Amino acid sequence: MTEFEPKIVAFVCNWCTYAGADLTGTSRIKYAQNVKIIRFPCTGRIDFMLLLKAFGEGADGIIVSGCHPNDCHYTSGNFHARRRWIMFRGLLDLLGIDVRRIQYSWVSAAEGAKWADVVNTTVTAIRELGPYTDYAKVANYLEKEANV
Amino acid sequence: MNELIQKAKSLLESDTVQVVIGYGKGSADKTRAIFLTKPEDCDQLLFDSRCVQNLAVYLTKHEIKHLGKPAIVAPIPVLRSILQLAVENQLKESDLVILGVSPESKLIEFDSFGAIELFLNAYKIQIDEKYKATIDKIKAMPVSERFAFWIKELEPCFKCYACRAACPLCYCPKCTVENNQPQWIPAASHLLGNLEWHVMRAMHLAGRCTDCEACYNACPMGIPIHLLTKSMLQDVEEHFGPYGPSVGKRNTLSSFNPDDKESFIR
Repeated sequence: MTEFEPKIVAFVCNWCTYAGADLTGTSRIKYAQNVKIIRFPCTGRIDFMLLLKAFGEGADGIIVSGCHPNDCHYTSGNFHARRRWIMFRGLLDLLGIDVRRIQYSWVSAAEGAKWADVVNTTVTAIRELGPYTDYAKVANYLEKEANV
Repeated sequence: MNELIQKAKSLLESDTVQVVIGYGKGSADKTRAIFLTKPEDCDQLLFDSRCVQNLAVYLTKHEIKHLGKPAIVAPIPVLRSILQLAVENQLKESDLVILGVSPESKLIEFDSFGAIELFLNAYKIQIDEKYKATIDKIKAMPVSERFAFWIKELEPCFKCYACRAACPLCYCPKCTVENNQPQWIPAASHLLGNLEWHVMRAMHLAGRCTDCEACYNACPMGIPIHLLTKSMLQDVEEHFGPYGPSVGKRNTLSSFNPDDKESFIR
């Protein structure tokens, strides 16, 4: 059996983390290749449904990252996002969706090394947790029944 | 309830309002919402412990607005919803006449939203101990078990959207579930779609829900969806302080504090 390679989706803001991830690359820092980065105008734009959609489409882990508090390009987008994440995390936890699979972080445009570290630690953590079969079973239950 | 009937009659007779929204006799032993436009019909009004439907839901409905200015029979849950609608700029004081009903079934009139808020200060939203215990019990399960529990609970949902229709705060003219470009949430009764719909419903009510339980009462399958909103109410209180609709104050999720605390962001 081949080793499990986690599929990680990263929702990042254009102004800080995307630029930070770019810096990681231009600094020639090597990091795990499991992450697929999706660029958003702002963390305030990251709808909670997108996270569910990522899990539904087979992601094993999610990274959500944006500007540090007080650094938002739009002044307050990340403050709003933070409140939403606090509420969303509580709801997901109640519903039994594994919140350990969602890593939130603040990565600025100057923190290329931090981005590599965030990705690497997330990949390691998800590798230990294994594939997200609970959610995949629910997402694909019609197909499973058809196969039986 | 003579007081209420007399008041409703006089409001219709003087043409202060064109419709009275209240509770009347329903089928079997139930009560239902009635919409009175003639003073002589006002005798049908009743109020007792069976009247649990949240009438505030009708205030934002197009069909009811069409009838003219309403007077609404408003026990405490309805008052809370009215106040929340006012906070969200969906109602103006001149839009309606409120026939408040106290827990002792006394008629109380409110001349402003501020007066409702003052009155409600004595009746803060409080989550029942039995619900707290249920929520704690669910939270104590291991994560996979909790997930399996909710998937099983949500499985009977066939997306009739009665929870949405019964909720005074679900007033968007077009809901996300009606969007099909792209189809955000599968319309069929599908485990994933059911989960997504209830997550979305709860999230859209986060920091707005006034805990009237109309969603749970409306659910034909008896799914305990009110536990989601109750748990979120607890979360709001825990993270952002005491909660309740207040005119001039913004909703929890449409405002922020630079000093909001969390422990999970790296």
